[in-house]
Amino acid sequence: MTTILVAVFALLALAAVFGALLGFASEKFRVEGDPIVEQIDALLPQTQCGQCGHPGCRPYAEAIAAGEEHNRCPPGGESTVVALSELLGREVLPLDAEEGSALDVKRVAVIREDECIGCTKCIQACPVDAIVGAAKLMHTVIADECTGCDLCVEPCPVDCIDMVEIKPTLGTWSWQRPPGVGSKPDKLIPVVTL
Amino acid sequence: MNAPIGRPRLLFDFHGGIHPPQHKSLSNQRPIRPAPLPGQLILPLNMHLGAPAKPVVQVGDDVLKGQKIAEAQGAVSLPVHAPTSGKVVAIGPRPIQHPSGLDAPCIVIEPDGREQWCELHPLPDWRTCCPPSALIPRLREAGIAGMGGAGFPTAVKLSPRAEHPIEQLIINAVECEPYITADDMLMRERADQIIAGVEILRHTLNPKEVIVGIEDNKPEAIEAMRRAATGTGIEIAVVPTKYPSGGEKQLIYMLTGKEVPSGGIPAQVGVVCHNTGTALAIHRAIVFGEPLISRVTTLTGKALREPGNMEVLLGTPVSALLDAAGADRNRIGRLVMGGPMMGFTLHSSAIPVVKTSNCILAASVEELPPPAPEQPCIRCGSCADVCPADLLPQQLFWYSKNQDLARAQQYNLMDCIECGACAYVCPSHIPLVQYYRFAKGEVRKEVAEQQKADRARQRFEARQDRLAKEQAEKEARRKARLEGSKPAAASGVDMAALKAASLEASSAYKAAVKALKAAEAEGSDQVATLAGDVEQLKAKADAAKAAVRDAGNPPAAPVVDVAALKAASLEASAAYKAAVKALKEAEAAGEDVTTLRTEADALKAKADAAKAAVRDAGPAAAKAAPAQPATAEQPAAEKADDGAERTQKMKALKTAFNMSHKQFKEASAALEHAEREGADNLDELRKQVERFQLKADKAKAALGLLVDQAKADMRASGSDLKSLKIEAAQTEAAARQKARELEAARIKGDDERINVLSRELDALQREAQVAAGALKAATDEQGLADA
Repeated sequence: MTTILVAVFALLALAAVFGALLGFASEKFRVEGDPIVEQIDALLPQTQCGQCGHPGCRPYAEAIAAGEEHNRCPPGGESTVVALSELLGREVLPLDAEEGSALDVKRVAVIREDECIGCTKCIQACPVDAIVGAAKLMHTVIADECTGCDLCVEPCPVDCIDMVEIKPTLGTWSWQRPPGVGSKPDKLIPVVTL
Repeated sequence: MNAPIGRPRLLFDFHGGIHPPQHKSLSNQRPIRPAPLPGQLILPLNMHLGAPAKPVVQVGDDVLKGQKIAEAQGAVSLPVHAPTSGKVVAIGPRPIQHPSGLDAPCIVIEPDGREQWCELHPLPDWRTCCPPSALIPRLREAGIAGMGGAGFPTAVKLSPRAEHPIEQLIINAVECEPYITADDMLMRERADQIIAGVEILRHTLNPKEVIVGIEDNKPEAIEAMRRAATGTGIEIAVVPTKYPSGGEKQLIYMLTGKEVPSGGIPAQVGVVCHNTGTALAIHRAIVFGEPLISRVTTLTGKALREPGNMEVLLGTPVSALLDAAGADRNRIGRLVMGGPMMGFTLHSSAIPVVKTSNCILAASVEELPPPAPEQPCIRCGSCADVCPADLLPQQLFWYSKNQDLARAQQYNLMDCIECGACAYVCPSHIPLVQYYRFAKGEVRKEVAEQQKADRARQRFEARQDRLAKEQAEKEARRKARLEGSKPAAASGVDMAALKAASLEASSAYKAAVKALKAAEAEGSDQVATLAGDVEQLKAKADAAKAAVRDAGNPPAAPVVDVAALKAASLEASAAYKAAVKALKEAEAAGEDVTTLRTEADALKAKADAAKAAVRDAGPAAAKAAPAQPATAEQPAAEKADDGAERTQKMKALKTAFNMSHKQFKEASAALEHAEREGADNLDELRKQVERFQLKADKAKAALGLLVDQAKADMRASGSDLKSLKIEAAQTEAAARQKARELEAARIKGDDERINVLSRELDALQREAQVAAGALKAATDEQGLADA
């Protein structure tokens, strides 16, 4: 009888101790907010272009966390879809983009400055404040901060904003992937011109 | 500290490595020759690793030999010096030593052949003249970069952090790549100068030991170096021939057994490594004050009739060197800068020799045949056997090929030294290094993109915050404005009581006036006191009036309970109907119906009254907006939408007008100019001006139409500008009049009157302000403020 009692009390004591421990831990290490939104947001390209139908990348991250399709980010391309599928454990979907919107080349907005009338419309449209200028004064794009989202092109009343492809420089150039089995690598290297 | 003479240093063998054919005897049979002075020297601003230099000369400037022509920009950067005297003929993009084949900015100098030096600052007594740290800026100013291949600024390597004390200084004289003999010949011919340079390095770094590592296939160089190093305590260590024992990390491991951590630098394990060529350049820079303007470059390959080593001025085009070495242009299969293992194919022979160009290999087709086509990987594992960095090349290959960058990095892709040993042994001829270079590029790109994305996220969030704050401020301002136009009444002042008080006061005043008049008529002696009373009472009455005015708005319309009224009306009509029914029944039964009829009539009157009450209350309630939000708010919202749309349209039209007006002005200016100049396209210009004027006129007309529309709307909507204006003017006039009265009272010195008047003035002024505010709000609303 005492053995049973001892066992029961020991188990009860253990249960109480661990229960208290768990309760304490759940309070102490409580997770604020929804961490999955942060993780999704970190995978999105942050162009803030709105092509997904949301006003920026974070709202789209929230929408994905709430169950929306994760294939609506043309700037991120297939790689973003794959990364999101891996994170969320969802199926890899084909990119849901209008024709021609999924461009592989990185682009940057450039204002033809002598045509700018200083209307500030593009400044208001830029989601990352990458355009500087003031009313009735010329505007210009900070190329390093431009995400190439196209949002400034449409509001311009004089159509003086061009999306220009970013050319590789010595700093950004990198080697091409070899074409694979059956190809000769020397074709990748330009021929000597003497 | 040093290993005892005669007993060789204990060497550690690194994993892997290969033994390709040496081909060194091709170029180490002749002494170092000076290269001919070319017609043009092309000096890239980016000869070193790090930020490109900034030109300090202009096209047309005459420069002297050794003169600085571009200065360093940033910590990891170096200046560029003129290799000979002459004239700067161009500053602009030229093909440079880069596998991409891209052009980069260069300074082009046309030599005058006089070889006139600029003023130099030699420092032969460097040991005693100044502290060791004072030598480092001199090396930076002399433009000295690592001459082994990477071109890292030497001065940066010589300033290690305090937490990494330097134990070993290693001089890399291994030169393990096939074909190259530049360091070999340098050591044979200028061992003394190299050792002198090593002494300077030892002086600045103060290491425990100094080791020169030389491969055992250079016996003459070893002999020369041993002789030169006798008595200096510098150890000459001979390492077995194996590619790539000249790799920095491999050599450090071989000589010391220390491994440089992944992603780290040798200084972290207390080692600094320099090239022999660099040591020589340091010697010349300190002892003679000469900047780095030339180097020894190996010219080799079976396509050359006279291969060998040349002392080449930096900037000399490769084609000039090929001519000097007797190149048979038809035999050249491939032109490589650097060695056959780690060099890269040049796409143009106009590319200049730079600080890092240790070899120009003009290989015949038989010597360096085109690589065989890539075959599938057979998983033989040979690559892993030879990898000197202890990596798994096969795994890296799979992951790089599939762009699985995360896994490739897990397998330490970034630690690959791109030595090419794996590709050399691959039986399937897979260009492995190219796959790794591609994957490394992708990793760097990804990191850069991630950084950019983080910045974009930050900027986006900052912008959102700013917009939210602006919105909140706007809202607060709007609220403040609303409250400002709703004066004291809202604060719960009892209007009725005020009015009653005002009435009382004025009647008391009137009575007093009457009494005064009566007294005057009677000639009573109380006139004076009565007059005083009257004044007092008048002031009181005025004050009461002012208080009423202060309290402002007329009392709100009583809220009528429409629902209750309706219910009462329904009830009444039901009662009436019931009464009529009862009356009819009674009539049918032939009973006495008089009382019933009067009752029914009374009920009918009641029901009618109730109905009328409901009818009356209806519009009143509708006017009291909150009672009937659905009906009251809808039109207002529609109107607001209309207004917003129109405002937007107006803005667009304004922009269009501004633009066309600007164009018109520009065009007319151009026309004027053309007229003055007498140009022949006047007609065309005139037409253009007309077109722009037409456009501007059109935009203006459209804008005017819209403005008129807005004005009309405003009148229709009851917020009539005119009446608002009149009201504002009236209140202002009243305020002005009161101010005049106050002024008069001040002159009289009547304190009480002043008090009253100033209070009244305050109230009037407030009213004027409110009226002006309403007027402004109305104009703003219609977008006419700046029309």
